[in-house]
Amino acid sequence: MTGTWLITGARPLGGDPADVLVSGEAVAEIGPGLDAPGSQRLDADGLILLPGLVDLHTHLREPGREDAETVASGTAAAALGGYTTVHAMANTEPVADTAGVVEQVWRLGRQAGRCDVQPVGAVTAGLEGSRLAELGAMADSAARVRVFSDDGQCVHDAVLMRRALEYVRAFGGVIAQHAQEPRLTSGAQVNEGEISGRLGLAGWPAVAEEAIVARDCLLAAHVGSALHVCHVSTSGSVEIIRWAKAKGWQVTAEVTPHHLLLTEALAGGYDPVFKVNPPLRTAEDVQALRAGLADGTIDCVATDHAPHPLEDKETEWQAAAFGMTGLETALRVVHEALVQPGLLDWAGVADRMSARPAAIGRLSGHGRVAPGEPASLVLYDPSPREAVDPASHASKSRNTPFAGMVLPGRVVATFLRGRPTVLDGKLAW
Amino acid sequence: MNRHLISAGDLSQDDAVLILDTADELDRIAERPVKKLPTLRGRTVVNLFYEDSTRTRISFEAAAKRLSADVINFSAKGSSVAKGESLKDTALTLEAMGADAVVIRHGASGAPHRLAGWVRGSVVNAGDGAHEHPTQALLDAFTMRRRLGRLDGLRVTIVGDVLHSRVARSNVLLLSTLGADVTLVAPPTLLPVAVGGWPCSVGYDLDAALPKADVVMMLRVQQERMNAAYFPTVREYSRRYGLDAARMALLPEHAIVMHPGPMNRGVEIAAEVADSVRSTIVEQVANGVSVRMAVLYLLLSGPGQGA
Repeated sequence: MTGTWLITGARPLGGDPADVLVSGEAVAEIGPGLDAPGSQRLDADGLILLPGLVDLHTHLREPGREDAETVASGTAAAALGGYTTVHAMANTEPVADTAGVVEQVWRLGRQAGRCDVQPVGAVTAGLEGSRLAELGAMADSAARVRVFSDDGQCVHDAVLMRRALEYVRAFGGVIAQHAQEPRLTSGAQVNEGEISGRLGLAGWPAVAEEAIVARDCLLAAHVGSALHVCHVSTSGSVEIIRWAKAKGWQVTAEVTPHHLLLTEALAGGYDPVFKVNPPLRTAEDVQALRAGLADGTIDCVATDHAPHPLEDKETEWQAAAFGMTGLETALRVVHEALVQPGLLDWAGVADRMSARPAAIGRLSGHGRVAPGEPASLVLYDPSPREAVDPASHASKSRNTPFAGMVLPGRVVATFLRGRPTVLDGKLAW
Repeated sequence: MNRHLISAGDLSQDDAVLILDTADELDRIAERPVKKLPTLRGRTVVNLFYEDSTRTRISFEAAAKRLSADVINFSAKGSSVAKGESLKDTALTLEAMGADAVVIRHGASGAPHRLAGWVRGSVVNAGDGAHEHPTQALLDAFTMRRRLGRLDGLRVTIVGDVLHSRVARSNVLLLSTLGADVTLVAPPTLLPVAVGGWPCSVGYDLDAALPKADVVMMLRVQQERMNAAYFPTVREYSRRYGLDAARMALLPEHAIVMHPGPMNRGVEIAAEVADSVRSTIVEQVANGVSVRMAVLYLLLSGPGQGA
């Protein structure tokens, strides 16, 4: 379906309306009143045109938990959410800690074809936190891994973390840390505070995140390496990262859509759809995360899309799995949480959801809408306000915390290198 | 009243007083030679116990039987997902059997909330994790009112592992609703970090609290806390927070000593205190049956039920 597309009347990065001519895999021309006889036309009057979104943090569950998600279903969900690249986290079964597994995931993504899949390699063998995985082999593989993470587990051993940070410098890699001091969070279920005390659930204190963030910033500075902090969830972490950046250290960070919109109060009914790691925090944390994303302290939005089958959520709270789906709602949530309050404009959204995550992932060909650039694009209608309907989602799982919540906007079309993956809000093929 | 009794915080003052007054009336029946009432004939009460708790289960069983309900005891040990049937499937099974009320004891906080979403009958929380144990709080309040004649303005000191105690949570909520002044006394490690927001006072010094207490309630120290750095040694805990005869002497003349049981004699409470005339520990057990009768009666035969 590649060929020539003329997208008319869209507003690139929310600016003045223009026509965009897509030819082959690239954007050929942007300007008013373009004409391209024989091209397919897409009337995009009033739609926002953004670069295709890049997710640094996706759980595709394949191999191992194909009942929750597959590369095919997860990339379909990604396309429907406006994504053209997702980074597939390493905590699969088997763990993505060898060149063989990361190449398999990468190939599955190529076969699915709706969204690029960039595997994340495990930092430690088996995510066990005791010895480094073969990071160089994964970097040199066909998957060209540059982001390494034990996400789900914290690389809590300070020596191992230091070595990992140092080692990946040889191939321009980055360590993405799941910041969670394990001893302070043994059995932890919800943010430690008023809610945990009232509900009688073991608390997950903010300090357990902040202590690791602070330590790792200092380690990254000491060895001159790049640190990326996954799913920042507390105001204290934002302050520490702001301080580290002011020092000029190579520290980047992400925040999830759910931490930008939801608070710990949702745990009050013990419905595990709101159980996530790190946990939902306070309203003050939500405000600090929004401000941090707006001022660039937090570089990007990453979904931490974590699909789970129904039976892993239809349980008592403490028996339930951690995690929420997010690919199909992320842009709408960012619209609600940042654009509508005036904290971020659409150029800012393009930066935080496409250009910066691509830069952190060491990927080229993302984040810009310009002639000559790959035509990986998303068209977004900002005007509707509709309730989130999990039944409409392409993800195999339904554990969205936004079910029934009225959110603005709708992804109308997604293009991956000139080829539409989504048209009229539905999968194009 | 709500359809369920899951949290003591769900009870209004009127609800709570109605339960206590009803328990008073039902308690008189216990003095008759024939203790049984026909009130809940044909209704089914399921005791769904995921934790061993013989005393609580027997108390609910006796309460339901004295009201002529059919009682099914369903003991299901262990975490539902790890071993065997899920809580949801068990709930659907009970629903199919036509349970009018399910009394649930579960190790996971919030399990009764989940259950209430899956069954049509009333759910009675008989203790969920570190969350709540509302009928224990009701029987404690009932015992205090019996012994001391009132709850409004009563000074109640609760001592021990508040952090992990469902008894403490339910008592703080219920007693504050009923107008009592509650003080929690514990080492700081065994208090929730945000306990400052609870409707009670908090202190660390038991000796300072005792002269001002009408009621002192000692909480059980769980074995597993003893190895998790919450306090240095059992002996030090006992010295600082245990109630021995010397400490009991600091209490006002009329004050009573309570314990929800089972006790660790020699740890949080000395044997001579547990067996003293101030102790209401055995009365609490007896009162538990009357209070649970009142709860089942009001939930199952109240307006809009019966059908």
